[in-house]
Amino acid sequence: MRVREVAVEAYREALPALGASLVGGLVAGLVLGGMRADLRAVEGLLVLVPALLATRGNVYGSFGARLATGLHQGLIEPRVGAGDPRLRAAAAAALANGVATSLFAAGAAFVILSTLGMPVTGLGRLAGIALVAGLLSGVTLTAVVVAVVFAGYRRGHNPDTLVGPLVTTTGDVFGVLFLLIAVRTVALLLGVA
Amino acid sequence: MLPVLLVLTLVELGSGLVLGRFEATLLRYPSLLVLVPVTIGTAGNLGSILAARLSTAFHLGTLSFAADDETLAGNAIATVALAASIFPLVGLGAWGLTALTGSTALPLSTVLAVSLASGLSLAVLAVAVTVVATYAAYRFELDPDDVVIPVVTNVCDVLGVVLLYLAVLLFV
Repeated sequence: MRVREVAVEAYREALPALGASLVGGLVAGLVLGGMRADLRAVEGLLVLVPALLATRGNVYGSFGARLATGLHQGLIEPRVGAGDPRLRAAAAAALANGVATSLFAAGAAFVILSTLGMPVTGLGRLAGIALVAGLLSGVTLTAVVVAVVFAGYRRGHNPDTLVGPLVTTTGDVFGVLFLLIAVRTVALLLGVA
Repeated sequence: MLPVLLVLTLVELGSGLVLGRFEATLLRYPSLLVLVPVTIGTAGNLGSILAARLSTAFHLGTLSFAADDETLAGNAIATVALAASIFPLVGLGAWGLTALTGSTALPLSTVLAVSLASGLSLAVLAVAVTVVATYAAYRFELDPDDVVIPVVTNVCDVLGVVLLYLAVLLFV
């Protein structure tokens, strides 16, 4: 009967996080569904979507985990105004990793699609979209992660259990939303693809 | 951190290439396009939750990697049960949101069939991938917390897209 107890406990613990990411994922999907014209116009953009969304989770999820560990160890004070150098260094590193990885994804997608002889838009456009989307979502996610983890910690929540669902939910929504803004911004600068 | 991120990005571009293969179908049926982020997200989450639980059990010494291990069996059952609870909502939500904002070119039953078939097969594969990755970390004496969670999350992302593609081939 132990198996049943383990299963019920695991199910109960995971359901709220999955529910939150379900809502976030559906909102992200709705935005993506509204981008059909942009996806048709910018060839290769759809290939880039999973990599950009995963980068948000990988980079800012790890940033949140570091923040949670720092709070647990008492190395970081849960106040933004303190201008803690550790906090600033961790945030800057996350932002740099996020933007660098987004640019790498754009470059790699361009090379792979060109090598396979598949249609792909110019490298400048793809890199521009990745740069704008990476910067906007990076700044937003850094702020959201710091704000929610600090507020949650001060109210007695375990920051470790907040970070995962928070980053996957907001990462998907902001990831797709800023992708849309990035595509339109680059279209203004470089002309419509 | 950065080298790991770059490798994971290449893995994710693999799932992008799979999406590119059925781009025409996705652009024709918006409810399927809505399914993409939510399937990827739920897939990665199912894997990462299971990986986190198995890693903790491994650190606590309560995991034995035997077929009759209770922690392993209980968590595997919970993963499949979670997929069976969440993926009908995924399909219903994707179809409903598309219906609210425009026209659904596909009937609800087709979208539900696609999300349930891809979701349940994904849960079974996620269990297999997580157990293999946790076992590999144990054999190579790596900390499963550092290695298993990012690997499993990103592999499940890719599997989610591949299974979505197969389900679309089968039902649409």
